[in-house]
Amino acid sequence: MSVIVIFMVLIAAIAFWWLSRQRLMAKPWLEVGIIGDIGGERPPTWPKAKIGLGVFLAVAGSLFALLVSAYSMRMAMADWRTLPVPVVLWLNTILLILASIALQTAVVAGRRDDFGGVRSTLLIACVSSLAFLAGQLLAWRQLVASGYFAADNPANAFFYLITAIHGLHVLGGLVALSRTTARMFDGPQTPLPHTIGELRLSVELCAIYWHFLLLVWLVLFSFLMHWASDFVSFCRAALS
Amino acid sequence: MVDVTHGVAAPVPAAEVGDVELYHPRSWVTKYVFSQDAKVIAIQYSLTALSIGLVALVLSWLMRMQLAFPGLLPFIDADRYYQFITMHGMIMVIYLLTALFLGGFGNYLIPLMLGARDMVFPYVNMLSYWVYLLAVLILVAGFFVPGGPTGAGWTLYPPQAILDHTPGHQGGIIVMLVSLMLFIVGFTMGGLNYVVTVLQGRTRGMTLMRMPLTVWGIFTATVMALLAFPALFAGSIMMLLDRLLGTSFFMPSIVSMGEQLKYGGGSPILFQHLFWFFGHPEVYIVALPAFGIVSDLISTHARKNIFGYRMMVWAIVAIGALSFVVWAHHMYVSGMNPAFGFFFATTTLIIAIPTAIKVYNWVLTLWRGDIHFTPPMLFALGFIVTFVNGGLTGLFLGNVVVDVPLSDTMFVVAHFHMVMGIAPIMVVFGAIYHWYPKLTGRMLDDALGKLHFWVTFVGAYAIFFPMHYLGLMGVPRRYYEMGETAFLPPSTHMLNEFMTIAALIVGAAQLAFMFNLFWSLRHGRPSGGNPWRATTLEWQTPQTPPTHGNWGKELPVVYRWAYDYSVPGAAEDFLPQNQPPMPRTP
Repeated sequence: MSVIVIFMVLIAAIAFWWLSRQRLMAKPWLEVGIIGDIGGERPPTWPKAKIGLGVFLAVAGSLFALLVSAYSMRMAMADWRTLPVPVVLWLNTILLILASIALQTAVVAGRRDDFGGVRSTLLIACVSSLAFLAGQLLAWRQLVASGYFAADNPANAFFYLITAIHGLHVLGGLVALSRTTARMFDGPQTPLPHTIGELRLSVELCAIYWHFLLLVWLVLFSFLMHWASDFVSFCRAALS
Repeated sequence: MVDVTHGVAAPVPAAEVGDVELYHPRSWVTKYVFSQDAKVIAIQYSLTALSIGLVALVLSWLMRMQLAFPGLLPFIDADRYYQFITMHGMIMVIYLLTALFLGGFGNYLIPLMLGARDMVFPYVNMLSYWVYLLAVLILVAGFFVPGGPTGAGWTLYPPQAILDHTPGHQGGIIVMLVSLMLFIVGFTMGGLNYVVTVLQGRTRGMTLMRMPLTVWGIFTATVMALLAFPALFAGSIMMLLDRLLGTSFFMPSIVSMGEQLKYGGGSPILFQHLFWFFGHPEVYIVALPAFGIVSDLISTHARKNIFGYRMMVWAIVAIGALSFVVWAHHMYVSGMNPAFGFFFATTTLIIAIPTAIKVYNWVLTLWRGDIHFTPPMLFALGFIVTFVNGGLTGLFLGNVVVDVPLSDTMFVVAHFHMVMGIAPIMVVFGAIYHWYPKLTGRMLDDALGKLHFWVTFVGAYAIFFPMHYLGLMGVPRRYYEMGETAFLPPSTHMLNEFMTIAALIVGAAQLAFMFNLFWSLRHGRPSGGNPWRATTLEWQTPQTPPTHGNWGKELPVVYRWAYDYSVPGAAEDFLPQNQPPMPRTP
């Protein structure tokens, strides 16, 4: 459970950083009047959708942290037998990095009003994400073909479970991404002025989500490759 | 009191939050059924939760009947008894209390108390309710699948939860896990709304430190629920895969009835960690909204500002944070490392500090207050008593050496019913008596309310106080029948009969409450907009019940905190949050 505890400490740190800026030391019973005159809290500047996404990422992050916790806890038991990690996962990792870079490029292009650039990079992101999912399915087929079934062994079960849940999150993100892409292609060459802000925001939200998915995947991948466990045992050895 | 604005309060320009574009319902269906208005969603959540709660109440009657008068109801056999236990616990904890406090009170009170027109994502909010309803329906479907609902106990511990010979292993456990997962999905949708509304939807002047404690409690509990429920989600998926695909996340190698099962290599303890990583915060997910609401009830009905507001806020946040590092105190007897037991006992006892601060502050708020013994106040007082009682036995159980002999006895059952059964439900009732006039424009009947309180409060004590003694004598929990035992004198059986009769009476008293709810809808005394003369914003709406959009043309502006009761020199004994400061006398 150490992974989830570390995750919670991280969340708590963010929460306390935020709370520390909320004048928790104020004495509200003494402060009558318009709060703007009292100073301190500024009106929030982030769009609500962005904050909503941030909260959702905390929830999804908690789910993944728990899965990794469970995985590493089980791994620590004596009878753990690993399964070979398919080579195609390396290619998939590159594809996901590519999607993330493409979306970041789209965000930058959107800020420069280069909407042709936004369209092409969004397409690249869609295609490479789909390719990532196809690659994950390929990895499953390879494992099944070489006789590693989910029901055989906890290591196999965890591998399928973790990749499946991550894949489902990518799939869910693809729904939002394809809607954004469709909106970009539907409209005129240069989007109407009143929609520009909303489109930029959609692209940015997709980019944030993809960076999150990439980060989660890198952590999961490192656990599946057992680098993380090597790292943990290295730390243990260093401490004792 | 320091007036911060100088001179006469100038009219304040438009609200700090951009006025949202409201969804306008076009037909009866979109107004009352598929509504995106948080107030309608709140009522839908509350009615669904209370209805399913009634099912759980009847199940508790049946269990009590079996314990006191075994054989009297011939359809209760051992399997049924376990199914009743499981469903009663699961429904009460998750589908009633969590849904009611967060989905019901949260939806109704957050936008109104913060001066918002609605939740920030109304469409997602609507989906949240419908997914919750689906989860409830699937849960109820468990009663009708072959083999009946699962009888694994509300903790659903593997391996027994999915082994043959556990009641409901055919379909019941699958239905239960699917329902839980849906509940979590639905809750996440709602929870995102509650959190982002508190962060972004507050009206001008409503700083965090001016929020009523109700909102603080619901907000913190929602954050905790969002982070804790994924643990139950992960555990449910993994157990579902164990049951359906034959994986071995939680299932070790087992020889059952002389037969080697196909499972091997899973870890049952892993499930316990996941379950309690959710399960302990869950206690406070239910308790924190109750803490918040009770603070507001006491302050309003004692006509006094809440004592130690800042400390109350800090205590809520501290309890929320601490509750994530105590989960293993539910696992003292799972064979864990004694050093861990020491750690978790310490963190558990530390939680008593912020909790005790809250109790002291409630009592000090009452001290020399102008206490009105209205039904909300009575229930709030009932909460304090039952909560202190349950909290004290929590100190017993938090210590490893005391917990080990008491583990799995009726003492534990008595403890958690006091602290997270009776205490929060007292607040639920108090809150309903308090806010019903806002929902309907009519008061609930006072005399019936008092009758309801006294029967419920005294009756609940009659059920659960003796239960502690049963536990100390060693009566185990989850036993279908005790039969003849050497260590139990006949008086324990008499005590059981007494408790059952009390349970039947308490259950019947709820009929008076339900009658009151329906009768007062038509015949209750008209309440006006602010019958309790309360300061918080929900009582200052232009219409009662509030219409779609809550506020008239302009959002309210907040000038003061939520507890300006009996302010010296003020004309009234309360100053609403949106009342501008008095011009300073030269």
